[in-house]
Amino acid sequence: MRRIAAVVSVVALFGTAKAAPYAGSYIGHGFGDVKAQAAPSSSYVGHGFSRAAAEDLPRRIISLVPATTEMLFAMGAGDRIAGVSNYDRFPPETARLPKVGGLIDPDVERVLSLKPDLVVVYDTQTDLKRQLERAKVPMFPYVHRGLPDITETMRALGARVGAKPAADAAAARIERELAAISRRVAGQPRPKTLLVFGREQGALRQVTASGGYGFLHDVLEVAGGADVLADLRKQSVEMSAEMILTRAPEVIIELHYGDPVKPENFDAERRVWDALPSVPAVRHSRVYLLDGSEFVVPGPRIVLAAERFARTLHPEAWER
Amino acid sequence: MAVHADTLAAGGRRASVRQRILWTVAGFGTLAAAAILFAPLVGSTRIQLGTAFDRSIPYADNIDAQIFFVARLPRVLAAALVGSALAVSGVVFQALLRNPLASPDTLGVSAGASLGAMMAITFNLDFSLLGVSAVPLASFAGSLGALAIVYGLSTARRRGTSALVLLLGGVTVQALLSAVIAFVQYLADFTQTFRNVRWLMGSLDVASYSPILAALVPMAVAWAGFATLPRMLDLISIGSESAAARGVNIERTERIALVSASLATGAAVSLAGPVSFVGIIVPHLVRLIVGADHRLVLPASALFGAAFLIGCDLIARTVIAPLVLPVGIVTAILGGPVFLWLLFRRL
Repeated sequence: MRRIAAVVSVVALFGTAKAAPYAGSYIGHGFGDVKAQAAPSSSYVGHGFSRAAAEDLPRRIISLVPATTEMLFAMGAGDRIAGVSNYDRFPPETARLPKVGGLIDPDVERVLSLKPDLVVVYDTQTDLKRQLERAKVPMFPYVHRGLPDITETMRALGARVGAKPAADAAAARIERELAAISRRVAGQPRPKTLLVFGREQGALRQVTASGGYGFLHDVLEVAGGADVLADLRKQSVEMSAEMILTRAPEVIIELHYGDPVKPENFDAERRVWDALPSVPAVRHSRVYLLDGSEFVVPGPRIVLAAERFARTLHPEAWER
Repeated sequence: MAVHADTLAAGGRRASVRQRILWTVAGFGTLAAAAILFAPLVGSTRIQLGTAFDRSIPYADNIDAQIFFVARLPRVLAAALVGSALAVSGVVFQALLRNPLASPDTLGVSAGASLGAMMAITFNLDFSLLGVSAVPLASFAGSLGALAIVYGLSTARRRGTSALVLLLGGVTVQALLSAVIAFVQYLADFTQTFRNVRWLMGSLDVASYSPILAALVPMAVAWAGFATLPRMLDLISIGSESAAARGVNIERTERIALVSASLATGAAVSLAGPVSFVGIIVPHLVRLIVGADHRLVLPASALFGAAFLIGCDLIARTVIAPLVLPVGIVTAILGGPVFLWLLFRRL
């Protein structure tokens, strides 16, 4: 079975705890100039770390969080990564790195055998944290909540690994680019948008959408959409057919990551929504299926995700 | 003279049984019909029935009509079908296995259906047939696989298998399939695991008539089988030997019962997921009301099962509106305490 395991963790999207770990993979789905801005290889190298503290710096970092792996590469510390999670796919350099398990099943023996001097763990990995503590291995616990936490985490991680200037610069660039997207769609009418990230294939069942909390909700707002579930302070909401009809979204964006739906089946999957013809998004053919792991990894490529949302919601803003 | 009195008495009993069946069906039928008619009127949104049925408004523009005909009516009909199928299957399994704790889950058919669905979700199976998507199709195939194993067990011996052997065999198949389900879930990624877990909680939000129509086919076969069973099940409940002495073809009856109940369970689970407790508490509640005669218990369970699940689904979609609870949670939370009460009442 070919399975590109692109994953949003259960805790991240569906849990209630503040820790929101994500795992994801790179699908190779490009987006022209945005991709070049968001994740060019040149932005991942060339940022050294402070020489002053060089002796104390972690040199063998293990990152169990795909988002922090991407952050480490973005701040030029990728060459110090000694191991990554099973779900890391981006940047392509992660392919040659040892894999040490995931959120639920970290391989502690493998982690210790790589002799790390810093392990980035999910804050919810209490057993792993206890074991690493016993082995006196330094840790960086990863906690994620909303969009602003991405750059906040990046800056904190940069300071921890001695790449503060590069991390600050990369974080500032992300904030700048997000602000630019936000400005570009400012003044446009904000369509009521339903952001779906899970649905049974071929049917309108188990429709799971982003609620009014979490980074996907934040990114949608930046991109000029009005989250149709903004009043529900949940990261994920399972929607009944009645709820979809009542909320009447003007745009429906379905996110796909990994390969559950083959691109050639996109049209058929889009037609599934025709069962609800009164929904404005269906009536005006504004149901979009977007494929890409950048939507589920809250790392530096979030700019790419935001721009893809914005281009989908406001194509006219890019035509100008 | 004595013979004449006996004949009169027997005729009177028959008339009285017919009358009781009539009253039972009328009573429970009214309850089920009321549930089917009332439930689509209620939901998280207020709709105008007049607008929903107003044909002067184009359907594509008529939100009330779509809420009524797409969101509510299919799920009420699905609840009726699934509730009655699970309740009757529960009655049949309890009689067949001579065990009051038997349920549609006992012999592993439900686990087989769940395994099929888990595989469709985990391995991203992407196909459809007559408007029915991969998950329910794979689920029904899984239930047929489990049925084949259990049926094989029941026919392994020429002279029929004892209820105890069938029960032990079925429970083992269920345990085995549950282990395979766990293995498939282990292979799944996080989002698939979430969908798997969610599927196992049951859902009636079918949002289309196609899966209901598809489930009707195996259910019709099952109902045809059930129709032949009531008198036989009464005799089998007394014991195989006494039943055989009264001319019941035990093997044939048991096979019809096994296949019918399994088909109905498989179709129900593939349509709505493994909705728990309906198949165990509805038969017991019905027996409390109408007694143990299967000529009464079977139709009453079918009708009461439908009304019960429609009621549970109504609670599921209104109690935390606009959010919707998985119906399996409501049946278990309502059914669990009732079942415990029944259980301890017997001790």
